[in-house]
Amino acid sequence: MARVATEPLRAMLAEAFPDASELDVEDRTGTGDHFQVIVTSARFAGLSLVEQHRLVYDALAAPLADGTIHELRIKTKGTA
Amino acid sequence: MSASELSEHIKQVIEGEDVALFMKGTPQMVMCGNSMRALEALRRAGAPVTTVDILPDPAIRQELSALSGWPTIPQVFIRGELLGGADIVEELEQTGELERRLEEKLGAGYRNGRDEKTVSVISF
Repeated sequence: MARVATEPLRAMLAEAFPDASELDVEDRTGTGDHFQVIVTSARFAGLSLVEQHRLVYDALAAPLADGTIHELRIKTKGTA
Repeated sequence: MSASELSEHIKQVIEGEDVALFMKGTPQMVMCGNSMRALEALRRAGAPVTTVDILPDPAIRQELSALSGWPTIPQVFIRGELLGGADIVEELEQTGELERRLEEKLGAGYRNGRDEKTVSVISF
C-alpha cells in the first residue's frame, strides 16, 4: 500500500542521485501525500543545506507542482 | 493590487526585516505543523522574528516562491538571504549553527532586539 505512493518518488530520486548511498522515502501519514525523504550522496558535498534541499526539490519538481506531494520533509547528508 | 506590487511588498519584507518567517497562519494561530516547527526553532535561538501569513491570498505564496525559488512553506530569511524551510531551520538550531549565523548577520546582541511581530504584504 505505502509502496504505491513512495515508489515513483524513490525512482525519481534514484535517477537524480545515482550514487546515493542512502535513499529512503517514507509515507509519513499513510495517505500518499506527506513524505519524508532521506538522501545521502556525494553530490551534496560542500553544498549548503539550502543548495542540498534545492537539488531534492528539483528532482521532485513534477509531483511538487501537481500537488501529489502535499508536504515534504527532507534530510540530506553529503559524503566525501 | 497587481502581482508586481505584491512581489515588491514581499521583497521589502525579505530585505528589510532582520528575520522574516513566511508561514501558514500567525504566531497566535499557527495553521501548519511545519510553520510551527520553524517558529519554535527560531524562538529557541532567540531570533527577532517578523512573521508574514501567506494564507490570506494564494498569490502571496506564488509570488514568494517565484522570488525565492523555494517551493514550500514555511520560508525563513535572515537579512534578505534564504535560510531554508522547517527542516533546515530545525537542523541548524539543533547544531547551534542557527545562533552562530544570527550572531554573524545581526551582531552578538541580537537576542536583545525587538520582540516578535507580524506584518502583512497585502495591506501595506
